[in-house]
Amino acid sequence: MSTTPTHLAPQFDDAEQQQLAATLGMWAFLATEVLFFGGMFAGYGVYRAWYPPTWADASRHLDLLLGTVNTAVLLTSSLTVALAVHAAQTGSRKGVVRNLSLTILFGAAFLGVKAYEYWHKWHEHHVPGATFEWHEASPSGPAELFFSFYFVMTGFHALHMVIGLGILAWLIVQARRDRFDAEYYTPVEMTGLYWHFVDIVWVFLFPLLYLIDRT
Amino acid sequence: MDSTFQLFPESASQIADRVDALYLFLVAVALFFTFLICVLILYFGVKYRRGSLAERGNPPRSNLLELAWAVVPFLLSMVMFVWGADVFYDIKTPPADALQIDVVGKQWMWKVHHPGGQSEINQLHVPLGRPVRLRMVSEDVIHSFYIPAFRVKQDVLPGYYTQMWFQPDRAGTYHLFCAEYCGTEHAQMIGSVIVLEQDAFADWLSGETGDPPEVAGARLFERHRCGSCHKAQGGSGPSLAGVFGRRVPLKSGESIVADEQYLRSSILNPQQHIVAGFQPLMPSYQGQLNESDVLKIIAYMKTLEGNASASGEDTGDGNDQPPETEN
Amino acid sequence: MSNRNYLNANYNVWSWFFTTDHKRVAILYLISITVFFLVGGAAAVLFRLELMTPEGDLVLPETYNRLFTLHGIVMIFFFLIPAVPAVFGNFLLPMMIGARDLAFPKLNLASWYLYSLSGLFGVWVILTGGVDTGWTFYTPYSTTYGNTSVLSAAIAAFIAGFSSILTALNFLVTTHTMRAPGMTWFRLPLFVWAHYAMSLVVLLGTPVLAIAIALVGIERAFHVGIFDPKLGGDPLLFQHLFWFYSHPAVYIMVLPAMGVISELITCFARKKIFGYTFIAFSSLAIAVLGFLVWGHHMFVSGQSMYAGFVFSFLSMLVAVPSAVKVFNWTATLYKGSVIWNTPMLYALGFIGLFTMGGLTGLFLATLGVDVHVHDTYFVVAHFHYIMVGGSLMAYLGALHFWWPKMTGRLYPEGWGRISAILIFFGFNLTFFPQFVLGYLGMPRRYHVYPEEWQILNVMSSAGASILGVGYLLPLGYLVWSLRYGRRSGKNPWRASGLEWEAESPPITHNFHKTPIVTGDVYDYDPTEPVELETEKHPEKVTVQ
Repeated sequence: MSTTPTHLAPQFDDAEQQQLAATLGMWAFLATEVLFFGGMFAGYGVYRAWYPPTWADASRHLDLLLGTVNTAVLLTSSLTVALAVHAAQTGSRKGVVRNLSLTILFGAAFLGVKAYEYWHKWHEHHVPGATFEWHEASPSGPAELFFSFYFVMTGFHALHMVIGLGILAWLIVQARRDRFDAEYYTPVEMTGLYWHFVDIVWVFLFPLLYLIDRT
Repeated sequence: MDSTFQLFPESASQIADRVDALYLFLVAVALFFTFLICVLILYFGVKYRRGSLAERGNPPRSNLLELAWAVVPFLLSMVMFVWGADVFYDIKTPPADALQIDVVGKQWMWKVHHPGGQSEINQLHVPLGRPVRLRMVSEDVIHSFYIPAFRVKQDVLPGYYTQMWFQPDRAGTYHLFCAEYCGTEHAQMIGSVIVLEQDAFADWLSGETGDPPEVAGARLFERHRCGSCHKAQGGSGPSLAGVFGRRVPLKSGESIVADEQYLRSSILNPQQHIVAGFQPLMPSYQGQLNESDVLKIIAYMKTLEGNASASGEDTGDGNDQPPETEN
Repeated sequence: MSNRNYLNANYNVWSWFFTTDHKRVAILYLISITVFFLVGGAAAVLFRLELMTPEGDLVLPETYNRLFTLHGIVMIFFFLIPAVPAVFGNFLLPMMIGARDLAFPKLNLASWYLYSLSGLFGVWVILTGGVDTGWTFYTPYSTTYGNTSVLSAAIAAFIAGFSSILTALNFLVTTHTMRAPGMTWFRLPLFVWAHYAMSLVVLLGTPVLAIAIALVGIERAFHVGIFDPKLGGDPLLFQHLFWFYSHPAVYIMVLPAMGVISELITCFARKKIFGYTFIAFSSLAIAVLGFLVWGHHMFVSGQSMYAGFVFSFLSMLVAVPSAVKVFNWTATLYKGSVIWNTPMLYALGFIGLFTMGGLTGLFLATLGVDVHVHDTYFVVAHFHYIMVGGSLMAYLGALHFWWPKMTGRLYPEGWGRISAILIFFGFNLTFFPQFVLGYLGMPRRYHVYPEEWQILNVMSSAGASILGVGYLLPLGYLVWSLRYGRRSGKNPWRASGLEWEAESPPITHNFHKTPIVTGDVYDYDPTEPVELETEKHPEKVTVQ
């Protein structure tokens, strides 16, 4: 340890230990995230089993086209973030900045579409609460529950994306300052993991909210 | 209720002695192990205190010992489990011939409706030696119906019927408590359970006034014009003749047994289950009918005889158990 | 003794508020949780006073409800959950494994800031009139009917949860990746094993509480339905989510305490721990089983009878690893050289009280009996035996044991023993009558009660006043010792463990040189004479 690299924190012996700690920490954090969303999925599961027809009805009020587009956009952003990690591994600063910027772009696009969907739901009085209206054959109570879960689940997902976008922006600043190289790119890699996780949550949300029992 | 110092509660139901026996077994086990551990700690602590002449050393680990003190607690706990489950099963399983009384919890009072139409508040009169089944529901938050002398307790939920049962075996007056925290006056949501000899109970019943629930229910049925849609034939709502206990085909293709829980949700949340062949036209009666009213209407609906019910399967009165909420 | 240590490395205030030193963060936590302990204790004093008489003559019912809610929320979220891990785990875990700091020092500091933020919300709740839902936040009372500061309280609990997640994340990663050379898993002190098991529980349980509480907050703030029975929602769903965390939370509070006991017993019995691997794995077993037993809080909730059978069976299984620990600790005394000083008094007290708490837990897991005692004072007594008789005794034992390490000063041993004995007897007098009250049928959360129960309640309140004195004493003499206590050497207890190889107080990065571990843990020899530093000249003690 005579030539301690600048990015090595004093509590670690070597870069390898630091990298291992960061990776393990990130995975442990993602495990807590799984349980966090798991609570919502459990509630979703209970009500889906109680009110299958109503929830199917309510699900048909979601915009399948926009949902599909958003899924594609988010999956693409996972690709670009993976490319960013790869660029970091090969020490390409340009590649990192370019791919992270693309990821931000796709992430923002996703949120934009989501915002439009929310606005549309507001317009249709499908936002749960005092203004909620339901004109289908199925009962309004369970339908309101569906939209409560829709907003809570996609809302928490969107919140995770907003946080992710913030971290991505910070990474770009760091990358431009040449903080990463082929030896040290842990923050890029960890953010990549986080972003993939957010993506995977959507991969579960999309079919559960938009697709099941739709026909 | 004597107001002297007590260490053990009075017991006044068929299950109380069995709960007490199990409890005393647990107390014995607990005392034995507590004393064992305390005596060992004190004995070792004194014998092997620093400076004493005892022999010292680091004995090797003993898998046999470890096994023993894992297996013994396991076996004892299994005795507790089986014994406890056995008592619990009986606490949860009312006999078919139980007298059914309705209980509605509300911040912060208990309303009791007897099958003869007698109602009381914060009091429950029951006959000695007869099984009594309480069907319970809450108007607002979760409450819990608790009679310590009977050793029974059951949460009372908004939106779902729960039940409990007991068979009083000693006449007297006993505490009734709300055991689930329910807001400001939770501690005042109390009352008494009065166990009367059968004759005295009959006297008490005849001294109280009130329409039988099916009569009051018929009046509510009339007032809310339920019959204008639910005609015997050709109404815009399904016929209610013989509906109780029957298997009802639903629009969704499934079918469901029309028990109390189903009838309740059909009144308060009518669009939850749409009967096959009908349109979802019925408005919700939430806010117009309270839980007591709903219980009365259900009592009335139970009296509507079916004309040789189409899909049969009339399971009769014995099977009118609320489905609980085992979701 | 070297003059530079983590305490005097820098006197600037900001060097505390921006510290990333795990030991300084531990001190920040120590101060914060002491404040909250006093707040929670004051609430308890008030309602114990109210319960002296059967009538509601001291406080209004709404005040009483706020008091027990405050007591529950503060003691659980702001005291017991962080107590042992955030103070002693933070301070000791890196030292015990021979590391310079935790893996993520900044996250560690962030966890204290989150805790403080959450505490500010807690204070806000108190200032805005309090909250009266009970710490359990049961719906629909919390979402629809209660009209107190539920939302702020929910936010406070939510943020406190994040704080403990960050601590647990740090412990898990640090234990995995930062052990000193030679520090294999089976050379780890059991304190570390216990914290490792606790971290798993926190990481997997807390997020579920977070979402349950968040959903209550959302339902309340936006009037949407999540658990609302009027919309067809299920109030029991909240209870399932809540207890999925909050039952394991009991193990979050008690596992680190168990870790402390293993350290104290070995040191003051001068013995190797009996059954090291069994104690270590029983911690993991408790952590795993803890996630499978939440339904035993719901035997009379309307949950199905068969769910009751399953949860009762699984709950019984938790008795096994708990019993294994108790027997192994007791066996550790055998053929030892037992020193009856303050930390040991707390440790032995812990074993007795935890045994009673655990055994009465079996009453609650036994279906037929739980129906009667559920939501009565029996439950209150049971969990206080676990959390106060268990966790708090261990916390105080730890505080005395590691006080010389943390501050470089010795506490006055005589006062220590007096307060330990007062606490033990005060505790039993407070809570034992509550078992009797519970079986008699006194429901919890009642501010008035039938008069035949007054004698037992007065006994309980009298015990509480002794307990109060017992808790204030250490506060007094420990603070006194900061200035007037004798200086402590590196290892005042002649204890094994890497933390005792560091200076007292330790230097900023703990060790002058990374230690290399060659021997087994708890390397005590009961035949060897030993003299503790507390026993040197000023106090007259006969030394053999």
